[in-house]
Amino acid sequence: MSEMSVSAANTFHRGVHPDEFKAMSSGIRSRELPLPEEVFIPLQQHIGAPCEALVQKGDTVKTGQKIADSQAFVSSPVHASITGVVRAVAAFPHPLGGRVPMIHIVREGEADEWELLERPESWEAASVETLKHIVREAGIVGLGGAAFPTHVKMSPPEDKHVDHFILNGCECEPFLTCDHRSMLEETDNILTGMSIIMKMLKIDKGIIGIENNKQDAVDVMQSRVDALQLGFKVQPLKVKYPQGAEKMLIAAALGRKVPTGGLPMDVGVVVNNIATAQAVYNAVVNGKPLIQRMLTVAGDAVAEPGNLTVRVGTSFKTCIDACGGLKSETAEVFMGGPMMGLSQYDLNVPTLKATSGIVCLESSQLKKVKQYPCIQCGRCVGACPMNLVPTRLARFAETAQYDACNEWGVFNCVECGSCAFVCPSGIPLVQWIRVGKVKVTEKQNKVKAEA
Amino acid sequence: MSETASTPEKQPIPKKVQKDPRAKLFKPEISFILASSPHFHASASVPKIMWNVILALVPAVIMAFIYFGWASAGLILSSVSAALLSEMLVNKVKGGGFTILDGSAAITGLLLALTLPPTFSLGGAALGSVFAILIGKHVFGGLGYNIFNPALLGRAFLQASFPVKMTSWSWPLTTQYVDLDGVTAATPLGLFKFEQTTTELTGLLTGNISGSLGETSALAVLAGGLYLLIRKYADWRIPLSYLLSVFLISGIFWLISPEVYPSPVFHLFSGGLMLGAFFMATDMVTSPVTAAGAWIFGAGAGLVLVLIRLFGGLPEGVMYSILFMNAFTPIINRYTRPKFFGEIRA
Repeated sequence: MSEMSVSAANTFHRGVHPDEFKAMSSGIRSRELPLPEEVFIPLQQHIGAPCEALVQKGDTVKTGQKIADSQAFVSSPVHASITGVVRAVAAFPHPLGGRVPMIHIVREGEADEWELLERPESWEAASVETLKHIVREAGIVGLGGAAFPTHVKMSPPEDKHVDHFILNGCECEPFLTCDHRSMLEETDNILTGMSIIMKMLKIDKGIIGIENNKQDAVDVMQSRVDALQLGFKVQPLKVKYPQGAEKMLIAAALGRKVPTGGLPMDVGVVVNNIATAQAVYNAVVNGKPLIQRMLTVAGDAVAEPGNLTVRVGTSFKTCIDACGGLKSETAEVFMGGPMMGLSQYDLNVPTLKATSGIVCLESSQLKKVKQYPCIQCGRCVGACPMNLVPTRLARFAETAQYDACNEWGVFNCVECGSCAFVCPSGIPLVQWIRVGKVKVTEKQNKVKAEA
Repeated sequence: MSETASTPEKQPIPKKVQKDPRAKLFKPEISFILASSPHFHASASVPKIMWNVILALVPAVIMAFIYFGWASAGLILSSVSAALLSEMLVNKVKGGGFTILDGSAAITGLLLALTLPPTFSLGGAALGSVFAILIGKHVFGGLGYNIFNPALLGRAFLQASFPVKMTSWSWPLTTQYVDLDGVTAATPLGLFKFEQTTTELTGLLTGNISGSLGETSALAVLAGGLYLLIRKYADWRIPLSYLLSVFLISGIFWLISPEVYPSPVFHLFSGGLMLGAFFMATDMVTSPVTAAGAWIFGAGAGLVLVLIRLFGGLPEGVMYSILFMNAFTPIINRYTRPKFFGEIRA
């Protein structure tokens, strides 16, 4: 590929540089996890209205059969990820904590009978409405973590003029390499998925943003874009956390700033994750609903880190066992990367559509810091990509000054954790900011109720 | 699995609680830490910052020893140990663990010693440290809560209590005047203020002049200061804006009347400005956290300094200029909120 066509690496302002720990899994080809014995599929795996179960105990379901749906526009159906019998529709432990309604399916025999979606002969000839319908019916949501229904993203309001699509290949969280592996192993499918998304958005300017610690992915993407004459721009980005955050990526790749409280479409951009583009491809071209995804199982507490393609609803334990199991010194296991991931206490929780990784760490890697009083060093201010003053937000939350919390922009916080990462006093800044958000909301609701 | 197999006849007592089909899996083999994200942390810590500041002061300490000999060692030891003992006393009274290892009390003691005249008494130095730690730091709530730089507050206390001793200077051991016992020396700023004599720049840089222990050699202080900036243990905006402000404001006066007012270069390298700009104004606790605030803080301190030096009764004004701006730090923080990412201000 030509050096000339590769743009110079860009990035956004501020942010941090955590150790990457990606090498333990980035060089190993992904594996397909054998079909699990049972799956637990939460009824809600997206932002928006919850789904209602379409099946009941005792029903036989096929792989890909829709098992829950909602009439609401901002919602996304869920599908059976294995062929078997519904054992229960009840509340089970969820990786976000607590118990959530789920459909428990137990596999029957070795069969994996698919129920495919209706799809057009060729996606190029299909109408935009047909494509959006398939994306909705396939239950596709943003797979980078937020799980926003993709068909909604593909339907910007009339007054928003979208002119760019950015494919998010940053994968800035330490340990996670599933997007990296996908880019290497499924290059053409991802590019086709991206073309389908851009057709739905009726735009022709596409950018693929990839951090330059994945130079092989940058090269492969560039060569395939050239070979297929797609005209997308492959944009290498300087490694920095949290570059994969939508607003940071848009600033890095396009130099546009999403206004406070706004959405990417306010600056004419739609962003989707690598895995989402792949899911769109699978749905539109192969008729497969979103019932499996690639995720990273890594960390020094795992014997054989790697990337697995797993069915949605497979337990964390099954995934970890497929990677050699946990070492006995394991201190912490979380869903997602170490910067934004959620601690788990029960490994029987199921993987979700938006689960990009399971990271298991020994205590030596956690580097918990002794807590000191805030010395006003301002490092959190220098790290915050949203240009907030985390130390003040935390202190306002701690001292119950919720109006000040709001005034100093507590809702702009994306909870990336950069502030707490650099804090020499080990103050749980993000935790305090979350408290602030909850309390400000409570107060606002109270005022509304009284009015 | 077990749920479908259970038959009512074999179960005389009806199950009240529906058994979770995975109950057997619920006993975790390992217990995990549950924590809020982020789960990672950079290697920074408060003690690491503090001990690096002390490391950055080593060149100034060495120069103090070269120029003022064992008197400097005595003053530093007396001041630092008094600071540490006071901190331990507070720990004992307040409880909550010993904090002398975090390095902050040691910095206060060391900085205070470096601002003292070499002829100052050891007991006086210790007294200043006790005041700095007890009143300057812990009365306000301890580390992180004090409004004023404790070392400077300690020095202000000594200045008020021992005005003559605090302005009695001696020549460095390396000068020819050394054997003239009893001859009172004057600092370059004092010489200029009261005798209209200027000092050579080389003397100001190397420190072969009279002055406070750690302030005479501008180069030694600068070396340590640059270390702090490069390693990001101090906000570069504060020394830059402070020095720039002193240079520009004193430069204006110098341009108006070079015979009456000393050159801006003289201002930069004389007195305690370098030590103040790199080690005291940058005290994290007592300076603003916002970038705009740092610029205002430094610029304000520079203005106050030049006004004191040119029009005040004292030859030097670093201490008061920083203490003055310390008082404004909370209000500067309040009014310099950075623009949020994507914020459009009306």
